[in-house]
Amino acid sequence: MSAADNSVHVQVLHDHNEAGHGSLKGYVTGFVCSVILTAVPFWLVMAHVFENTQVTAFLIMGLAVIQIVVHMVYFLHMNTQSEGGWTMLALIFTLVLVAIAIMGSLWIMYHLNANMQVMSVHDMGSMP
Amino acid sequence: MFSNLDLQKLIFGRLSLEAIPYHEPILLATFAGVGVGGAALLGALTYFRLWGYLWKEWFTSVDHKKIGIMYMVLALVMLLRGFADALMMRTQQSIAFGDNNGFLPPHHYDQVFTAHGVIMIFFMAMPFVTGLMNFVVPLQIGARDVAFPFLNNFSFWMTVGGAVTVMASLFVGEFARTGWLAFPPLSEAAYSPGVGVDYYIWSLQVAGIGTLLSGINLIATIVKMRAPGMTMMKMPVFCWTSLCTNVLIVASFPVLTAVLALLSLDRYVGTNFFTNDLGGNPMMYFNLIWVWGHPEVYILILPAFGIFSEVTSTFCGKRLFGYASMVYATVVITILSYLVWLHHFFTMGSGASVNSFFGITTMIISIPTGAKIFNWLFTMYRGRIRFELPMMWTVAFMFTFTIGGMTGVLLAVPPADFMLHNSLFLVAHFHNVIIGGVFFGVMAGISYWFPKAFGFKLDPFWGKMSFWFWVVGFYFAFMPLYVLGLMGVTRRLNHFDDPNLQIWFVTAAFGALLIAAGIGSFLMQLFVSVRNREALRDTTGDPWNGRTLEWSTSSPPPEYNFAFTPMIHDLDAWSDMKQRGYVRPVHGYRSIHMPKSTGAGVIIAGLCTVFGLAMIWYIWWLAALSLLGALVATIVHTFNYDRDFTIPDYEVVRVEDRRTRALLAKV
Amino acid sequence: MSHPTTGVVAGSDQDLQFYVAEEHGHAEGGTMLGFWIYLMSDCLIFAVLFACYGVYGRSYAAGPTPANLFDLGTVALNTSMLLLSSITYGFAMLSMEKNRIGATQLWLLVTGLFGVAFVGLELNEFVHLIHEGAGPQRSAFLSAFFTLVGTHGLHVSVGIIWLMTLMVQVAQRGLVPENKRRLMCLSMFWHFLDVVWIGVFSFVYLLSVLP
Repeated sequence: MSAADNSVHVQVLHDHNEAGHGSLKGYVTGFVCSVILTAVPFWLVMAHVFENTQVTAFLIMGLAVIQIVVHMVYFLHMNTQSEGGWTMLALIFTLVLVAIAIMGSLWIMYHLNANMQVMSVHDMGSMP
Repeated sequence: MFSNLDLQKLIFGRLSLEAIPYHEPILLATFAGVGVGGAALLGALTYFRLWGYLWKEWFTSVDHKKIGIMYMVLALVMLLRGFADALMMRTQQSIAFGDNNGFLPPHHYDQVFTAHGVIMIFFMAMPFVTGLMNFVVPLQIGARDVAFPFLNNFSFWMTVGGAVTVMASLFVGEFARTGWLAFPPLSEAAYSPGVGVDYYIWSLQVAGIGTLLSGINLIATIVKMRAPGMTMMKMPVFCWTSLCTNVLIVASFPVLTAVLALLSLDRYVGTNFFTNDLGGNPMMYFNLIWVWGHPEVYILILPAFGIFSEVTSTFCGKRLFGYASMVYATVVITILSYLVWLHHFFTMGSGASVNSFFGITTMIISIPTGAKIFNWLFTMYRGRIRFELPMMWTVAFMFTFTIGGMTGVLLAVPPADFMLHNSLFLVAHFHNVIIGGVFFGVMAGISYWFPKAFGFKLDPFWGKMSFWFWVVGFYFAFMPLYVLGLMGVTRRLNHFDDPNLQIWFVTAAFGALLIAAGIGSFLMQLFVSVRNREALRDTTGDPWNGRTLEWSTSSPPPEYNFAFTPMIHDLDAWSDMKQRGYVRPVHGYRSIHMPKSTGAGVIIAGLCTVFGLAMIWYIWWLAALSLLGALVATIVHTFNYDRDFTIPDYEVVRVEDRRTRALLAKV
Repeated sequence: MSHPTTGVVAGSDQDLQFYVAEEHGHAEGGTMLGFWIYLMSDCLIFAVLFACYGVYGRSYAAGPTPANLFDLGTVALNTSMLLLSSITYGFAMLSMEKNRIGATQLWLLVTGLFGVAFVGLELNEFVHLIHEGAGPQRSAFLSAFFTLVGTHGLHVSVGIIWLMTLMVQVAQRGLVPENKRRLMCLSMFWHFLDVVWIGVFSFVYLLSVLP
């Protein structure tokens, strides 16, 4: 057995150890955060807290993003080390693609709807 | 048959005797041919008692090498089917002028070009590429199998299930008449009420699941199972391109699955995603399917780039020029391929800002591709080039693909695309890159790795015949289409009025005949090589003076690939080992853990295929039953915990000693 | 020359090994990563459905709109079911860590029941909508809504079947490494569905009912 070989062995053991599942404290923290982050947007909408719907919309989206991060960290135990960083890399790559697919579709279809409606000659001049 | 029509509907759905196209002589002849040929094949298999052997050694095998070979066989069979469609189209287009309506009525012709596209992409190119990756990747990274061997077997049979579904449409019912992407509203129930589009949907859904799972499998294999010492940047380029291809598969096939599911909801449930009314929008389908469709072309071409890299460096006897730049170029292509999809529908009606964004990203993606071409050229520069068959295909690729790439950049310019959209120029372009890139790559790969898979080289004479027929035939078949496209001829027409065009179509048909000779020569090459296998035998396991790990083991490799897991110190590991005076170990063999064969993959995939067929024909009871069956079979399979077995050390000793003797006899 | 048992090549610039003389048994390293990659691919299916909802979300075709269809009270109840099931699955995993079969099974059962409650509430909502004439065929908006929410519900249902299967397997074989691995995969699947649901209640329900 050489040093190189041993390091491979250590790597394997290491992988086994870190496939941990958080602690009770972690789960409870995550749960409490999620409850708050879920309750607030429901309250914002159901109690009509803000007159301006745009403020509400941005708050809902912001809270959703935060809650997704909370779930990722406390329930899915995402970190940069597990599986040698591959899970994190896969996640980031996927999120980029999800963003591209959703934003791209919205952009393209919005453009299409704006362009393909019946329009006057005057409107055509100001097409996007 | 049944006096009660409702009972017949209940049992057979919309399947009836009329579904068998006995009034179409072409199909009838094909049917007879396939029937006789199939019966002869089945008879021969039964006569020589090969069923048990095939079932035990091949169908249920989880060995990545055997699965890889089975993928190649599937792809070859489907190539013949897809090419038969191509010949029919070329013949039709070369004779259907003026009063002559040709021999294919529009109803049939539309099915032919749809089937041609679907088969060539999903059941020819994809299985070829997947097969090569399956066979080569574990060997190149020094692994004994893929990460999930059972899943690998299952993936293969799902692909077969999809292919069977497509083939069934030839003889029972009809195939889609919508073009290979089945665009709505034409593919909606209102305009395509028959089974054609349903055949299309279910064959792709079944095969798509297989492709997705095989993608996951190969990613996990490459990430987790590399031999010790093989860091990412010491991995062979083919493994890198395979990794990127499988990332693309995993990231794009779900989109196809989802889009086709939405189309089926429209057709089966009556939702309004892509309909013309009630808020639906057919253009959303174009948008979504090309989110999958563009990465798909890179899924096909990246492994071919990997093959050319391996071939170039092996046959020039030196390291690949710019390994790191090759890797970065591949990764950049992987990411950029998600940012170009709108160039397939510039004419859809988006504004200038959208069109120019996607036009520019499309032009940008040609930069890393160009970098790769330069890398290959610089590898060849001052190399000792051996013009063996794989290298010949590589050089032909570099010429041909560059032309295809340039016409691609032309099409990326939105104003030019407005002129050329859906013209034969486009058809010529994508055949130029798919044949000149993917298919030439597959042929290079087959002639390069065939000796590894079977232990003897392919016959060079018939290989060269095939090569020249293919290359010359390609130029004859597709250069006229560029001209026709520039003249404004649109694709998918089955009749023309202007007699001036005929000469170009006749030339193209002549090219198709040359390609037919090329395919024939390839089959001849296989036959002659098997017959002369003793003369072509390679006992060294390294017939080309290879550079990567697959050449360090015997040909064909033993079940367990490597008696000892190799340890890697440098790029081109096998070349490095040879240089540093590696001596093959002849003692100290250990027993080896391997996964067991299982029939579960065949059974579950078979049930999924039956489910697809039942859905196509509205046989609801059978659909429910087969879906339930597939679910139960899957659950039952998970109760089997005993999935490994051990190859005892004396067996390893026996196999390795045989190789030792063969190597000594050679010296 | 090489020493056969260690594979050390003497005589080169350094002593190098070219193979591993002794194996460490079958490493089962790929499953978690493979399953994670599968989840990422699933993520893209949902991305397509979200994109559809984004594009079709206002295509009511003169039919009912979210404001007069969605009952946020039910949605809140539904959300709480899924959240509770998440924490109980977490407890199941903690019990599994401590190798307590009984506690693991109990928490799994509780998780499954919350899951069933979630699916039941959702089906109830669907039936209610269809009875009101707001079925998936009514407009592109409703097509997108039913498909997105229904696909999530289908995933949860598959998760419940998987969970029951695993409970049987744990009962049969105990918390052997294979079963632990499977429970960990299901854990990822379950929490992943939770994450998707955050998107659903935020974008589909809450944002749509805003005036």
